[in-house]
Amino acid sequence: MNKVYNNRAWLLVLPMLVLVAFSAIVPLMTVVNYSVQDVLGANARFFTGTEWFETMLNDPALQAAFLRQIIFSLTILAIQVPLGIGIALIMPKRGWQASAVLILITLPLLIPWNVVGSIWQIFTRGDIGLMGWGLRQLGIDYNITRNAGDAWVTIILMDVWHWTPLVAMLCYSGLRSIPEAYYQAARIDRASKWAVFRYIQLPKLTNVLVIAVLLRFMHSFMIYAEPFVLTGGGPGSSTTFLSQSLTTMAVGQQDLGPSAAFSIIYFLVILLVSWVFYTAIMNMQKDKHSQGGA
Amino acid sequence: MSWMVWTVPTAIFFSAIAAMLAGMTVWEIVSPTIERKGFLPISTTRGDRLFVGLLCAAFIHLGVIGYTSLSIWLALAASLAWLVVLMRWG
Repeated sequence: MNKVYNNRAWLLVLPMLVLVAFSAIVPLMTVVNYSVQDVLGANARFFTGTEWFETMLNDPALQAAFLRQIIFSLTILAIQVPLGIGIALIMPKRGWQASAVLILITLPLLIPWNVVGSIWQIFTRGDIGLMGWGLRQLGIDYNITRNAGDAWVTIILMDVWHWTPLVAMLCYSGLRSIPEAYYQAARIDRASKWAVFRYIQLPKLTNVLVIAVLLRFMHSFMIYAEPFVLTGGGPGSSTTFLSQSLTTMAVGQQDLGPSAAFSIIYFLVILLVSWVFYTAIMNMQKDKHSQGGA
Repeated sequence: MSWMVWTVPTAIFFSAIAAMLAGMTVWEIVSPTIERKGFLPISTTRGDRLFVGLLCAAFIHLGVIGYTSLSIWLALAASLAWLVVLMRWG
């Protein structure tokens, strides 16, 4: 096989490259420059070397926020992925019911993040919110501004409400792409519902599930607006996640050097996780091709 | 460019990255890479191994700066050694 490589096509990417340079590469370089200095003004700056990185890596508040962030991301993944598969399995497969359910399920995805936060903030208020008022009537001392546990449960509930539909939709499309012949073969074998799920549906869903896990992990790892509006990171700092710590430091306190160092660490962690997921997805597809399957 | 608050060390850092990318491009034109499987669990091209090496270098530096009192030059030496091992056998 003689493939002709014509690399001149790369020139077509040039406009995009210029755009990315101005929107991402130059700002990122600036952040790196800030992270090794104490910038006080236009002409007053001091080279600090690795000091900010050392401070940030050993900051107990940031370490706690990092831990909370990981616990949060893993918790919502553990809930949303099984729940999304479950919803996709019981969704109607054809007819007007299918369209109606799809629209209903997609609705939360269309709501902007801070609006979601406001909705839940009002929903959980003890005096006027349906959920907050209702729980209090049942005799439960529910208060997200006082109890860290309540705040956590509410944030996780909010994220599940907002984003499970995405997992469900991805799984639904994955399920729809399974050819009917597989199910016919299963019926001939008198396979149980569980066996159909375990040996036909779940293996066929692997690819969409990896995408769902990747999207949900990245999203939840960078979550900002929803908990900020709902709890403001409180009570205390019990629901302060990484991006909120960063904003407080960079915008609130104007500590540009430390927050630049922290941004770089944050960025590197996200880069590492994204790369691992990306490589895993690509390898799975490669394995499939080498086995001769679709 | 003064708003970017350049310093000599960061300028050297980015020049080195740019030089690496340029070098990899030239190398690719002179002899195109062949994807192969080394000690890493995935088959990689030359560029993949450079990326893995740089990412490892970043975390090696963070570890040394944050949690040891060793010199940063030691971290650099270790990263370079690891990069060479990755490029050759990875």
